[in-house]
Amino acid sequence: MAQVERPLSPHLQIYRLPLTAKMSITHRITGVGLGIGTLVLTWWLIAAAMGPEAYATFVKWVPGFWLGKLVLFGFTVAFFVHFCNGIRHLYWDTGRGFLPQESAKSDVVVLVCAGILTVLTWVVAFVLMGRA
Amino acid sequence: MGKSNSALRNPLGRVRGLGSAKDGTHHWFLQRVTSIALIPLTILFLAAIFSLVGADWAQVRTAFHNPFVAMLGLLTVGSLFWHFKLGIQVVIEDYVHGEAAKLLTLFAVNGAIYVVGLAAMLSIVKMFLGD
Repeated sequence: MAQVERPLSPHLQIYRLPLTAKMSITHRITGVGLGIGTLVLTWWLIAAAMGPEAYATFVKWVPGFWLGKLVLFGFTVAFFVHFCNGIRHLYWDTGRGFLPQESAKSDVVVLVCAGILTVLTWVVAFVLMGRA
Repeated sequence: MGKSNSALRNPLGRVRGLGSAKDGTHHWFLQRVTSIALIPLTILFLAAIFSLVGADWAQVRTAFHNPFVAMLGLLTVGSLFWHFKLGIQVVIEDYVHGEAAKLLTLFAVNGAIYVVGLAAMLSIVKMFLGD
Protein backbone atom coordinates (compact mmCIF):
# COMPACT_ATOMS: atom_id res chain seq x y z
CA MET A 1 0.00 0.00 0.00
CA ALA A 2 1.26 3.44 -0.88
CA GLN A 3 2.44 5.71 1.89
CA VAL A 4 -0.29 8.24 2.58
CA GLU A 5 0.72 11.69 3.83
CA ARG A 6 -1.42 12.16 6.84
CA PRO A 7 -1.33 15.08 9.23
CA LEU A 8 0.47 14.05 12.40
CA SER A 9 -0.97 14.83 15.77
CA PRO A 10 0.98 17.56 17.52
CA HIS A 11 3.83 16.09 19.51
CA LEU A 12 4.59 17.59 22.91
CA GLN A 13 8.15 18.50 21.87
CA ILE A 14 7.24 20.49 18.74
CA TYR A 15 3.79 21.73 19.69
CA ARG A 16 3.75 25.28 21.03
CA LEU A 17 1.68 24.91 24.17
CA PRO A 18 -1.05 27.50 24.72
CA LEU A 19 -0.83 29.50 27.95
CA THR A 20 -3.56 27.40 29.60
CA ALA A 21 -1.52 24.24 28.97
CA LYS A 22 1.65 25.89 30.29
CA MET A 23 -0.24 26.86 33.44
CA SER A 24 -1.53 23.31 33.77
CA ILE A 25 2.01 21.89 34.00
CA THR A 26 3.00 24.88 36.17
CA HIS A 27 0.30 23.81 38.64
CA ARG A 28 2.01 20.44 39.00
CA ILE A 29 5.51 21.90 39.19
CA THR A 30 4.51 24.45 41.85
CA GLY A 31 2.61 21.73 43.72
CA VAL A 32 5.68 19.49 43.90
CA GLY A 33 7.87 22.50 44.75
CA LEU A 34 5.55 23.56 47.57
CA GLY A 35 5.53 19.98 48.84
CA ILE A 36 9.32 20.01 49.06
CA GLY A 37 9.08 23.52 50.54
CA THR A 38 7.08 22.17 53.48
CA LEU A 39 10.49 20.99 54.72
CA VAL A 40 11.35 24.65 55.43
CA LEU A 41 8.05 25.12 57.28
CA THR A 42 8.75 21.94 59.25
CA TRP A 43 12.29 23.12 60.01
CA TRP A 44 10.83 26.36 61.40
CA LEU A 45 8.36 24.49 63.62
CA ILE A 46 10.92 21.96 64.88
CA ALA A 47 13.47 24.71 65.54
CA ALA A 48 10.92 26.73 67.52
CA ALA A 49 9.93 23.62 69.47
CA MET A 50 13.57 22.71 70.22
CA GLY A 51 14.76 25.96 71.75
CA PRO A 52 16.37 29.38 71.30
CA GLU A 53 19.65 28.07 69.78
CA ALA A 54 17.92 25.92 67.15
CA TYR A 55 15.59 28.84 66.37
CA ALA A 56 18.53 31.23 66.00
CA THR A 57 20.14 28.80 63.52
CA PHE A 58 16.93 28.75 61.45
CA VAL A 59 16.71 32.55 61.46
CA LYS A 60 20.38 32.81 60.46
CA TRP A 61 20.05 30.48 57.46
CA VAL A 62 16.53 31.18 56.15
CA PRO A 63 15.20 34.74 56.68
CA GLY A 64 18.64 36.13 57.57
CA PHE A 65 20.52 34.84 54.52
CA TRP A 66 20.08 36.08 50.94
CA LEU A 67 19.74 32.56 49.50
CA GLY A 68 17.22 31.68 52.18
CA LYS A 69 15.26 34.84 51.38
CA LEU A 70 15.35 33.89 47.69
CA VAL A 71 13.96 30.43 48.53
CA LEU A 72 11.20 32.06 50.61
CA PHE A 73 10.43 34.41 47.71
CA GLY A 74 10.20 31.45 45.30
CA PHE A 75 8.01 29.72 47.86
CA THR A 76 5.54 32.64 47.94
CA VAL A 77 5.46 32.88 44.12
CA ALA A 78 4.76 29.13 43.85
CA PHE A 79 2.20 29.34 46.66
CA PHE A 80 0.15 32.17 45.15
CA VAL A 81 0.29 30.71 41.62
CA HIS A 82 -0.87 27.32 42.94
CA PHE A 83 -3.43 29.01 45.22
CA CYS A 84 -5.02 31.15 42.47
CA ASN A 85 -4.86 28.44 39.83
CA GLY A 86 -6.28 25.98 42.37
CA ILE A 87 -9.30 28.21 42.86
CA ARG A 88 -9.70 28.24 39.06
CA HIS A 89 -9.58 24.43 39.10
CA LEU A 90 -12.39 24.41 41.69
CA TYR A 91 -14.38 26.73 39.41
CA TRP A 92 -13.68 24.40 36.47
CA ASP A 93 -14.94 21.48 38.61
CA THR A 94 -18.40 23.08 38.47
CA GLY A 95 -18.28 22.55 34.69
CA ARG A 96 -17.89 26.21 33.81
CA GLY A 97 -15.21 28.28 32.06
CA PHE A 98 -13.90 25.68 29.60
CA LEU A 99 -14.27 27.68 26.36
CA PRO A 100 -10.86 28.70 24.91
CA GLN A 101 -11.62 32.42 25.22
CA GLU A 102 -12.82 31.91 28.80
CA SER A 103 -9.73 30.00 29.88
CA ALA A 104 -7.52 32.53 28.08
CA LYS A 105 -9.16 35.23 30.19
CA SER A 106 -8.87 33.29 33.45
CA ASP A 107 -5.16 32.59 32.64
CA VAL A 108 -4.56 36.33 32.88
CA VAL A 109 -6.73 36.75 35.98
CA VAL A 110 -4.83 33.95 37.79
CA LEU A 111 -1.40 35.35 36.87
CA VAL A 112 -2.29 38.95 37.75
CA CYS A 113 -3.82 37.92 41.11
CA ALA A 114 -0.80 35.74 41.93
CA GLY A 115 1.53 38.63 41.05
CA ILE A 116 -0.37 41.17 43.15
CA LEU A 117 -0.56 38.83 46.17
CA THR A 118 3.16 38.01 45.97
CA VAL A 119 4.22 41.66 45.76
CA LEU A 120 1.80 42.63 48.55
CA THR A 121 3.16 39.83 50.77
CA TRP A 122 6.75 41.00 50.40
CA VAL A 123 5.93 44.68 50.85
CA VAL A 124 4.22 43.80 54.14
CA ALA A 125 7.12 41.48 55.10
CA PHE A 126 9.72 44.21 54.55
CA VAL A 127 7.64 46.79 56.40
CA LEU A 128 7.37 44.36 59.35
CA MET A 129 11.08 43.54 59.18
CA GLY A 130 11.93 47.23 59.18
CA ARG A 131 9.77 47.75 62.26
CA ALA A 132 11.23 44.79 64.14
CA MET B 1 -28.81 -1.82 30.79
CA GLY B 2 -29.70 -4.45 28.18
CA LYS B 3 -30.94 -7.98 28.52
CA SER B 4 -27.51 -9.54 28.01
CA ASN B 5 -25.71 -11.62 30.65
CA SER B 6 -23.41 -8.71 31.46
CA ALA B 7 -26.42 -6.88 32.86
CA LEU B 8 -27.01 -9.35 35.67
CA ARG B 9 -25.55 -6.82 38.08
CA ASN B 10 -27.93 -3.96 38.68
CA PRO B 11 -26.78 -0.29 38.47
CA LEU B 12 -26.66 0.11 42.25
CA GLY B 13 -24.45 -2.95 42.54
CA ARG B 14 -22.08 -1.46 39.99
CA VAL B 15 -21.93 1.79 41.91
CA ARG B 16 -21.36 -0.01 45.21
CA GLY B 17 -18.53 -1.93 43.57
CA LEU B 18 -16.90 1.49 43.03
CA GLY B 19 -14.89 0.51 39.95
CA SER B 20 -11.57 -1.28 39.61
CA ALA B 21 -9.82 0.66 42.37
CA LYS B 22 -12.74 -0.02 44.76
CA ASP B 23 -12.72 3.51 46.09
CA GLY B 24 -14.60 5.35 43.36
CA THR B 25 -14.07 9.11 43.43
CA HIS B 26 -12.69 9.06 46.98
CA HIS B 27 -9.18 10.29 46.02
CA TRP B 28 -10.48 12.99 43.68
CA PHE B 29 -13.07 14.11 46.22
CA LEU B 30 -10.60 14.35 49.12
CA GLN B 31 -8.23 16.40 46.99
CA ARG B 32 -11.08 18.91 46.51
CA VAL B 33 -12.05 18.83 50.18
CA THR B 34 -8.46 19.53 51.30
CA SER B 35 -8.03 22.25 48.68
CA ILE B 36 -11.19 24.07 49.79
CA ALA B 37 -10.12 23.73 53.44
CA LEU B 38 -6.67 25.06 52.61
CA ILE B 39 -8.02 28.32 51.11
CA PRO B 40 -8.91 29.89 54.49
CA LEU B 41 -6.37 27.84 56.49
CA THR B 42 -3.27 28.83 54.52
CA ILE B 43 -4.26 32.51 54.43
CA LEU B 44 -4.90 32.58 58.19
CA PHE B 45 -1.76 30.61 59.02
CA LEU B 46 0.29 32.82 56.70
CA ALA B 47 -1.11 35.83 58.57
CA ALA B 48 -0.12 34.20 61.88
CA ILE B 49 3.42 33.59 60.55
CA PHE B 50 3.50 37.18 59.31
CA SER B 51 2.69 38.50 62.75
CA LEU B 52 5.92 36.71 63.80
CA VAL B 53 8.21 38.25 61.17
CA GLY B 54 11.28 39.49 63.03
CA ALA B 55 10.04 37.98 66.30
CA ASP B 56 12.42 36.18 68.64
CA TRP B 57 12.04 32.63 69.92
CA ALA B 58 10.11 33.62 73.06
CA GLN B 59 7.49 35.48 71.01
CA VAL B 60 7.03 32.47 68.71
CA ARG B 61 6.56 30.20 71.74
CA THR B 62 4.03 32.63 73.25
CA ALA B 63 2.09 32.63 69.96
CA PHE B 64 1.83 28.83 69.90
CA HIS B 65 0.63 28.78 73.51
CA ASN B 66 -2.57 30.32 72.17
CA PRO B 67 -4.95 27.41 71.51
CA PHE B 68 -6.35 29.10 68.40
CA VAL B 69 -2.91 29.50 66.85
CA ALA B 70 -1.97 25.92 67.78
CA MET B 71 -5.20 24.54 66.34
CA LEU B 72 -4.88 26.65 63.22
CA GLY B 73 -1.33 25.35 62.83
CA LEU B 74 -2.35 21.71 63.28
CA LEU B 75 -5.29 21.99 60.87
CA THR B 76 -3.17 23.76 58.26
CA VAL B 77 -0.19 21.42 58.49
CA GLY B 78 -2.48 18.37 58.54
CA SER B 79 -4.49 19.45 55.47
CA LEU B 80 -1.32 20.59 53.71
CA PHE B 81 0.47 17.24 54.01
CA TRP B 82 -2.71 15.34 53.19
CA HIS B 83 -3.22 17.48 50.07
CA PHE B 84 0.45 16.98 49.13
CA LYS B 85 0.18 13.21 49.61
CA LEU B 86 -2.85 13.03 47.27
CA GLY B 87 -1.26 15.34 44.69
CA ILE B 88 2.17 13.73 44.57
CA GLN B 89 0.52 10.32 44.25
CA VAL B 90 -1.07 11.37 40.95
CA VAL B 91 2.23 12.83 39.71
CA ILE B 92 4.08 9.59 40.58
CA GLU B 93 1.38 7.45 38.96
CA ASP B 94 1.67 9.54 35.79
CA TYR B 95 5.44 9.71 35.43
CA VAL B 96 6.94 6.65 37.15
CA HIS B 97 6.54 3.65 34.88
CA GLY B 98 6.76 0.00 35.85
CA GLU B 99 4.75 -1.38 38.75
CA ALA B 100 7.72 -2.10 41.03
CA ALA B 101 9.29 1.34 40.59
CA LYS B 102 5.91 3.02 40.98
CA LEU B 103 5.05 1.12 44.14
CA LEU B 104 8.48 1.72 45.68
CA THR B 105 8.37 5.45 44.88
CA LEU B 106 4.87 5.79 46.34
CA PHE B 107 5.96 3.84 49.41
CA ALA B 108 9.05 6.00 49.98
CA VAL B 109 7.33 9.34 49.30
CA ASN B 110 4.29 8.48 51.42
CA GLY B 111 6.56 7.39 54.24
CA ALA B 112 8.55 10.62 54.06
CA ILE B 113 5.34 12.68 54.07
CA TYR B 114 4.06 10.89 57.18
CA VAL B 115 7.41 11.35 58.97
CA VAL B 116 7.81 15.06 58.11
CA GLY B 117 4.11 15.83 58.65
CA LEU B 118 4.10 14.14 62.04
CA ALA B 119 7.29 15.97 63.05
CA ALA B 120 5.69 19.30 62.13
CA MET B 121 2.49 18.52 64.03
CA LEU B 122 4.33 17.17 67.06
CA SER B 123 6.39 20.39 67.19
CA ILE B 124 3.19 22.43 67.35
CA VAL B 125 1.78 20.19 70.11
CA LYS B 126 5.05 20.45 72.07
CA MET B 127 5.00 24.26 71.81
CA PHE B 128 1.35 24.40 72.85
CA LEU B 129 1.89 22.21 75.91
CA GLY B 130 5.44 23.30 76.77
CA ASP B 131 6.55 26.18 78.98
